[in-house]
Amino acid sequence: MIIATLCGMGFGTSMMLKLFIDDILKAEKIKAETLPWDLGSFKGQKADIVVAASDMAMHLKNVDSIVVLIRNLVDKQEIKEKILAAIQEFQQKSK
Amino acid sequence: MTTEKNENNSNSSAPFNKIFKRDAVRAQMEVKNWQEAVQIAGQLLVDTGSIESRYVEAMARVVHDIGPYAVIAPGIVFLHARPEDGVNELCFGLVTLATPVPFGHSQNDPVDLVFVIGAKDKNSHIQALQSLAGLLSDTPSLEKLRAGQKDDEVFAVIQSWGDNHR
Repeated sequence: MIIATLCGMGFGTSMMLKLFIDDILKAEKIKAETLPWDLGSFKGQKADIVVAASDMAMHLKNVDSIVVLIRNLVDKQEIKEKILAAIQEFQQKSK
Repeated sequence: MTTEKNENNSNSSAPFNKIFKRDAVRAQMEVKNWQEAVQIAGQLLVDTGSIESRYVEAMARVVHDIGPYAVIAPGIVFLHARPEDGVNELCFGLVTLATPVPFGHSQNDPVDLVFVIGAKDKNSHIQALQSLAGLLSDTPSLEKLRAGQKDDEVFAVIQSWGDNHR
């Protein structure tokens, strides 16, 4: 399972989000590869789940992934709830 | 075998609360608009020598070009530009606003916590950014940052979070 993170504010927030998600995956003992995507160069890359800042929605209209939109990039609760729901959805799809 | 601790990585060996200098924190400022917020917050770090004046202009350009993206959470903006725009040392600054101002985000405006981030490369600030994010994700700490009437009070919230969460 590949999870990508995408934020509009340069690479730092994508990386920060990726590290949050790594912590969550570790705590929940879920295996996945997490990749921080850069706004300038993500088109053409593939992921099963894309976690993006809410204002990135328009960039992800035609993307063939489960898209998770996060309003508050520092809210661990919001991120955890939404990512776990997306992973569940992905696992259902793969059955 | 020792477990690798976050603090042992090159540039980011300073814990995030030490990267905030006391003179880079101001409480309850009044500004007319986001441009003034950027100027005032940026100037603090110019005065500490952490960034060049041109970095402040660069931050204003970034807000102008991508502004809304920098409002990463309700009421919170991370002002930043590129390392080559004039960063002398890894630095953070914070100005809390008495009256919030809009930066153009569809959901997270208006802003009352104006953070300035100066990084010297793509990576060394990530750990510190994570720690800062931890502080901002803690509701009681966030409330204390907003409630602080004096610079020292706001600075103390940052320091005590950093000291308690190494």
